Amino acid sequence: MDKLLKLLRTNARLSNAELAVMIGSTEDEVARQIKEYERTGVIKGYSTVFDEEIVSKDYVRAIIELKVTPKAQVGYDDIARHIAQYPEVENIYLVSGGYDLSVTLRCRSLKEVSDYVAQRLATIDGVVSTTTHFFLQKYKESGIMLISEEADERIMQ
Amino acid sequence: MDYSKILSKKAVALKPSGIRKYFDIAAKLDNVISLGIGEPDFHTPWAIRREAIKALERGKTIYTANAGLIKLREEISRYISDRTGVNYDPDGEIIVTVGGSEAIDLAVRALVEPGDEVIIPEPSFVCYKPIVELTGGVPVIIDTKEEDCFKLRADDLKEKITPKTKLLILPYPNNPTGAIMTRQDLEPIAELLRGTDIMILTDEIYSELTYNRKHFSMISLDGMAERTIYVNGFSKAFAMTGWRLGYMCAPREIVKQAVKIHQFGIMSSPTVSQYAAIEALRNCADDVENMVSEYDMRRRYLVDAFNKLGLTCFDPEGAFYVFPCIKSTGLTSDEFCERLLYSKRVAVVPGTAFGDSGEGFVRVSYAYSRKHLETAIEKIAEFLEEL
Repeated sequence: MDKLLKLLRTNARLSNAELAVMIGSTEDEVARQIKEYERTGVIKGYSTVFDEEIVSKDYVRAIIELKVTPKAQVGYDDIARHIAQYPEVENIYLVSGGYDLSVTLRCRSLKEVSDYVAQRLATIDGVVSTTTHFFLQKYKESGIMLISEEADERIMQ
Repeated sequence: MDYSKILSKKAVALKPSGIRKYFDIAAKLDNVISLGIGEPDFHTPWAIRREAIKALERGKTIYTANAGLIKLREEISRYISDRTGVNYDPDGEIIVTVGGSEAIDLAVRALVEPGDEVIIPEPSFVCYKPIVELTGGVPVIIDTKEEDCFKLRADDLKEKITPKTKLLILPYPNNPTGAIMTRQDLEPIAELLRGTDIMILTDEIYSELTYNRKHFSMISLDGMAERTIYVNGFSKAFAMTGWRLGYMCAPREIVKQAVKIHQFGIMSSPTVSQYAAIEALRNCADDVENMVSEYDMRRRYLVDAFNKLGLTCFDPEGAFYVFPCIKSTGLTSDEFCERLLYSKRVAVVPGTAFGDSGEGFVRVSYAYSRKHLETAIEKIAEFLEEL
């Protein structure tokens, strides 16, 4: 991966000047490159990874495995597009293996998740079955460790 | 019992490593931010660890041949040939050792007679002088200079050559300075030594960790492989310090002596490590590239940060150290390190731990996460302001 993207992926708040130093470029060139990435859709956006547990405890996340019957012409895209419009949906991927769509939900309660699955997902035309997995513990997200790193045991010698 | 009467005088005369002293101080303080470590912060690539597990599962727990697994020696031969164009015969010109350090020790012991002079450019890694002294050899130091980017200059070398000169140590890419020797830098040295009986020990343990250009080895120059002992290892390139595995490639007559010394002192290098190392040489070029890319970003960050702080820092093109000049503070290297450690809890190593010519400099390792480096730089900035 491009060095610039590698740096931005773990810290999008680095200034252009800092980025330029680390990749051996100029500020102007970094600014131009980032603009280009934004324009061509390589960079889709910037988000912040924070520990939600500290900010608020009243939310629940779950992964829903969906088996669906693809529709003629549009395949899976139509169903995925429909599901993607709900604000509760954080991620949606078409995956290989035992099921088709993997949907990550973020809701306020278990009840809200189950209502969402029962009322919104299961009722979509083409959805054959759903399996819900609730998140218990987060360890790493977007390449960033959310648990404390191992102690540095190296010795100066 | 009065042990002072019975101990070997040569052993007693050895000074402990100057790096260790700061570790001992740092170990007594809380929350020290270290920039003193000389080993990678990366874990060994998973594929290599998996091969080690496999070797254990298959019961590969016996000695190997003294010179090491033939398969590993074949891989080493191919690897060196790809990088330098020099072909070493896996059967007789390569020995697998316990780290690069053992290879250095074997090379010196295979060559150096009491009274022989061994030329050592400094600042450099702490092991050369003691190893030479243990054999009764005489270390002859060349002080490399910042204005030469700490490279070895043929003129300086010429001055130190005497009829007793047996060996030149060539420690590049260099720990602690980060200096490298390019083809152009090496040619005059080679020219000077061709046609003499002086051997070279080239310690290329950091050869994979160069930044603006690929590493160039002395053995690639015409007629130099026959007068050079090539030392390398797995510790730095593949983040395998704890596996204790290195190697020496050299003319057959020298390896023959080295194998004998190794046979009696070590028997054979760690077997599981050797199986794992085959995987490292075969399939881990991408892992190395990723680590090098990460080191390079940290290196650029630190060089820029130190220059901005007024601690001028030449562009180190190899290893994972920067070597900023601290003369502007008016402190000696030792004072700087001690005060920084006590007042800001940041540990760096004084340049003097690597030779007298390291005075006025400190060694800063970037085998740390960028976040860790940023925190340390903030503390160093505070320290300089309060001076």
